[in-house]
Amino acid sequence: MTALETRPEQRTSLEQDAWEALGTVMDPELDEAITSLGFVRSLEEVDDGGRTDLLVHLRLPTSFCSPNFAYLMCSDSKDALAAVQRARGGGRVLVELDDHHDSDLINRGLAADAGYKGTFGAEAESDLEELRLTFRRKAHTAAAERALTQLLRARAELGEHDVHAVRLRDLLAGDAKDALVRRRAALGLRVDDDAPVAVDDHGTPVAPSVVGMWLRKARSTRISIDGNAHFCRGLLATRYPGAELDQAPRDEGTAPVPVQLLTRRPA
Amino acid sequence: MYSKDGTDYFILDAHIALWDARPENLKNIHGKQFIDCFYDYHRNLSPESEHWSYDQYLYYSDRLMKDLFEDGYVDHAIFQPAILGEFYTNGFGQTEEALALAKAHPDKLTYNHAFDPRFEAKGLEQLRRDAERMDLKGVKLYTAEWQGDSRGYKLTDPWSRRYLEACLELGIKNIHVHKGPTIRPLDRDAFDVADIDAVASDYTDLNFVVEHCGLPRLEDFCWIATQEPNVYAGLAVAMPFIHTRPRYFAQIIGELMYWMGDTRIFFSSDYAIWTPKWLVERFVDFQIPEDMTEYAPLTTDSKKRILGLNAAALYDIPVPEHLQVAPEPADIREPAVAVAEPRAEGKAEMAGMA
Repeated sequence: MTALETRPEQRTSLEQDAWEALGTVMDPELDEAITSLGFVRSLEEVDDGGRTDLLVHLRLPTSFCSPNFAYLMCSDSKDALAAVQRARGGGRVLVELDDHHDSDLINRGLAADAGYKGTFGAEAESDLEELRLTFRRKAHTAAAERALTQLLRARAELGEHDVHAVRLRDLLAGDAKDALVRRRAALGLRVDDDAPVAVDDHGTPVAPSVVGMWLRKARSTRISIDGNAHFCRGLLATRYPGAELDQAPRDEGTAPVPVQLLTRRPA
Repeated sequence: MYSKDGTDYFILDAHIALWDARPENLKNIHGKQFIDCFYDYHRNLSPESEHWSYDQYLYYSDRLMKDLFEDGYVDHAIFQPAILGEFYTNGFGQTEEALALAKAHPDKLTYNHAFDPRFEAKGLEQLRRDAERMDLKGVKLYTAEWQGDSRGYKLTDPWSRRYLEACLELGIKNIHVHKGPTIRPLDRDAFDVADIDAVASDYTDLNFVVEHCGLPRLEDFCWIATQEPNVYAGLAVAMPFIHTRPRYFAQIIGELMYWMGDTRIFFSSDYAIWTPKWLVERFVDFQIPEDMTEYAPLTTDSKKRILGLNAAALYDIPVPEHLQVAPEPADIREPAVAVAEPRAEGKAEMAGMA
């Protein structure tokens, strides 16, 4: 199995649709699509007597990546590809996870459409929605920090203690703002121009007295997510030489913050 | 001891291991997967000049003393073993061999052992015997250890609490916790550090050293550490980023310094995943990049504390007077939130962010 089938110039129309569908599947912990992380090892069409099946192999940075996240990415991939096949009247979808300590368990569950509880049995209590929510919230917090820090860099008169007053309309147009709006929508938070940017997980505005600290904390969330992403990407390329060619560049997230914007440590 | 530019540093490596992952010790495929994962960590984050061969990496008792104490500048090191009895016939960490080394070199080595609360009453008796035989000051817990059908436990489980109470009674005051990725139920975040928060509040006479400073949940760890003065950050796994991603390392150390100050951070090589020599050299040379003005520069005294003085104090390991640092005015290294007031003002308003 090689990664050749994942190269754009060699894709058929079905494979292109499938690739785009896989691009909607996120690693919830890293807040990034599995296609840009290099987690899609191969994607191919298999002729099945008139119908065309899709066969996808996924790979992860270590054998011991958390099985719940591994399962989420696999089952989300299967759902996304099944939608493509339904739209095109196509055949079956087979998703397999390679080289994981739970590969057998997860692949059996996926093949049988057993669902999360059916796959993990006694290790599953209810579902993975709470887990998804936890990471959607972290992704939102990190996105708010990115957009606000970008604004702080652009507007020297603004300090970290002033960000409680920033509304969505005040943010600079661009990727950081778009990403924040998407993550707010995913949480059901306001996305109108007048909505305050510094809000908690439930959309409640952060009080001016703690907004500097809130931004510092949001920064640590962003650093944690970015750092994990870099670590996972590096490990994937060590484990599967050449995998780095399948990875899209990721912003280092380490650009400087001007000194006048810093929050002083509380006395 | 390490010396650079006329300054001497006492080096305490707070996390080392002596493992055996040779084929004859593998119980099943997971033993192979586990050591392969470690080897990828080693290859991915070490400078190329420091790479070991795979065979050397499987077992290395012949070079441990040299790597640490001759080449690696280490004055004292602490074994933090992982047992992994489900993966390795004779365990991953080599208990008797490491203990014998520690008994032969008490000035250089401390042996911490592991316990697993899922052994319940039987394990508790074993812990009492181990504490006496091994003269334990600390234990290393790997909460993602597999056992039968179970793939992990929490520190807040009832049996975990009984073991922690036994630690109090037995004088085992340092609890090193390594969060791994599998735990029941799988519905929740496997790396969640909330159980450490709970037991740190409940057992204030125990010290909880969170290995790899809570990574991949650095932000949750930092937040807990601001509120619990008996929570410490071990730099295992975080250290080698100093080579591959120095700007990311700057942010990790910058965040830790900002939230918890410089007195609760421990240098750890995680030997033999990485070797201490290059980590010590790089750390002494390291500085927060000038453009990262959100973080204060790392002072020589902070480096001295992190490289050895902090852990030496926790383990009552003597440090020569000339290697100590003078106490600083408190406000210079005061963390973001005063730990003396764990329920400080602002916490309620910030709680929604936690």
